[in-house]
Amino acid sequence: MLAHLINGISLGSIYAIIALGYTMVYGIAKMLNFAHGDVIMVGGYVSFCSMMYLGFPAPLAVLLAMIVCTTLGITIERLAYKPLRSATSLAVLITAIGMSYFLQNAALIIWGANPKAFPNMFKDIEAIEFAGARISPVALVAIVANVIIMVALTLFTSRTKVGKAMRAVSEDKGAATLMGINVNFTISLTFAIGSGLAAIAGVLLCTAYPTLMPTTGSMPGIKAFTAAVFGGIGSIPGAMIGGILLGVIEIFARAYISSELADAIVFGVLIVVLIFRPTGLLGKQIHEKV
Amino acid sequence: MKKKLLSLIMVGAMVLSMTACGQGGNTGSGNTGSGASGNGALTGTLKLGVIGPLTGGAAIYGNAVANGAKIAVDEINAEGTGFTIELQAQDDEHDAEKSVNAYHQLQDWGVQAIAGTVTTTPCIAVSAEANSDRVFMLTPSASAVAVTEGKDNVFQLCFADPNQGSASAQYIFDNKLATKVAIIYNNADAYSTGIYQTFKAKAAELGLEVVSETTFTDDTTDFSVQVGDAQSNGADLVFLPIYYTPASLILQQAASAGYEPKFFGVDGMDGILTIEGFDTSLAEGVMLLTPFSADATDDLTKNFVAKYNESYGEVPSQFAADGYDCAYAIKAALEFYAAKNGGLDVTDMSSADLCEILISVFTDPDFSADGVTGLGMVWDTNGQVNKQPKAVVIKDGVYVGM
Repeated sequence: MLAHLINGISLGSIYAIIALGYTMVYGIAKMLNFAHGDVIMVGGYVSFCSMMYLGFPAPLAVLLAMIVCTTLGITIERLAYKPLRSATSLAVLITAIGMSYFLQNAALIIWGANPKAFPNMFKDIEAIEFAGARISPVALVAIVANVIIMVALTLFTSRTKVGKAMRAVSEDKGAATLMGINVNFTISLTFAIGSGLAAIAGVLLCTAYPTLMPTTGSMPGIKAFTAAVFGGIGSIPGAMIGGILLGVIEIFARAYISSELADAIVFGVLIVVLIFRPTGLLGKQIHEKV
Repeated sequence: MKKKLLSLIMVGAMVLSMTACGQGGNTGSGNTGSGASGNGALTGTLKLGVIGPLTGGAAIYGNAVANGAKIAVDEINAEGTGFTIELQAQDDEHDAEKSVNAYHQLQDWGVQAIAGTVTTTPCIAVSAEANSDRVFMLTPSASAVAVTEGKDNVFQLCFADPNQGSASAQYIFDNKLATKVAIIYNNADAYSTGIYQTFKAKAAELGLEVVSETTFTDDTTDFSVQVGDAQSNGADLVFLPIYYTPASLILQQAASAGYEPKFFGVDGMDGILTIEGFDTSLAEGVMLLTPFSADATDDLTKNFVAKYNESYGEVPSQFAADGYDCAYAIKAALEFYAAKNGGLDVTDMSSADLCEILISVFTDPDFSADGVTGLGMVWDTNGQVNKQPKAVVIKDGVYVGM
């Protein structure tokens, strides 16, 4: 029971970190960046390659993955989304889906289709025993990273100047421009932060479930998007709560109901929540959407 | 202008459809029976097709089969007996629809017999087509009963699932490997479910206690629940009738949960040591039932392992051995027929005629084939093979016979 709860929270924490990328981009650019899940996959591959082929230590590999993903995120935004800033939201959505397939197939060409086993970077660290349940180091790191990221982002958006600019852009793009805020820069920055977080999520995901394939990011991407909607898309605490709830529901459904129905139950809960709270769990209470 | 273009396209489409019809018609008629050359010899060139996943999650299997078959074909062609084989391998990415497309591509090439398909789910789809087209199929490794059931032209070189499942249970029981068994299987996969069912039936018959049965589906990466269930029920052996990719995740997650039972797999586990980046120490002690072990000391195996290693730089897996044996079994069958009927020239023989010949030989009680996966392999009329299974255990990152 406790073991399932911990597993659920750790899986949910990874979902939450991915969900942040969706929720921030949606909050500011009002678009669903479906290529986000595939940025995670790229992050996984970059850290895999730097550890296996270049022999980098794990922290350096994570840093490199973050740099590559941040650059990738900004590039995607510049090349694919910026020209469509004034286009209909449907056009942007289709572009995002296209970008997702582009990244998957590019990975297929570069890294091949054979699954790779991600090295365990916490191999030498013993799991902690807690009330009869074992907490693996990666679970602990995922939970702690999630909390740190959440606190840091909340402080960033409420205390710093660029953070405030982000909130302003999310409230009203036109007014923000009139107030002298560089909207394009702010949007690029959002993509950069989201993609950097995707790299962290990618490394955590691949360490916890070490198979790396070009499609590795797609299912967690969809689940994290669900988590973002669940918690109220556009809201940072919403992404965290949504992600953790989703992870816990998924693990419990698999443990106590049925492993085949687990995914159906997860999405079923989303539907029920959306019927009663169309803006998600925290969608209404939080006014500033970042 | 637009009309012109349209009419051009129409003409193109008509021409294409006509040629397609032509090819379809050919398979039915044409060369009838043995092109007897009189001396009981087998001559001519056979167009042999291989279908399997050359890319994608199960690519290790498809490539191993294609490589193994290639070695056999090269050996046969080098013999200079007047009989040669032309080999073509098509990729199906372990997908039923793509597999049928690959099959059609081989037909366009003029394939006469098929060594495939490699994986079960695509094989069920392709074998249904091949059955109505009358194309002979000898699958190296698709082990479900549904592959051969009701299709007289489809034969298996590997054990059928019921045999794998019951043989595993029998082996575990005979060698007293466990008192409490857990099973984790993929219930979205015919292969996995098939083995699970027969394992369970046999285990019940033998009185082997199954304490945990959990399932997963193709997208699953989190096995904490399945592993936890086996652990909390005190299973000392986990039976994994699944492919190696999820198996690698289960091994890793069991290790991080501090759970160290014995693991027992079937032929789908073969390939786990070749995953790039996989920590092979996790697979230490994993047992699997396989008809082929690369460390066997008979001449056939030694020759095959040496050649495979020379060409591809790795130790051949069971799938490579299956592919190798497929080519030789088909050759043996054709030779058997040629010897009985005063010779056979297979060049340009229609696939339908060849199909009938091969069916008659494979179901002939006097016919048996030798290979690296077993000596004296015989087939029953259901298309299932009968040979002796072996178990291997992984020690220091290599398979060792048990």
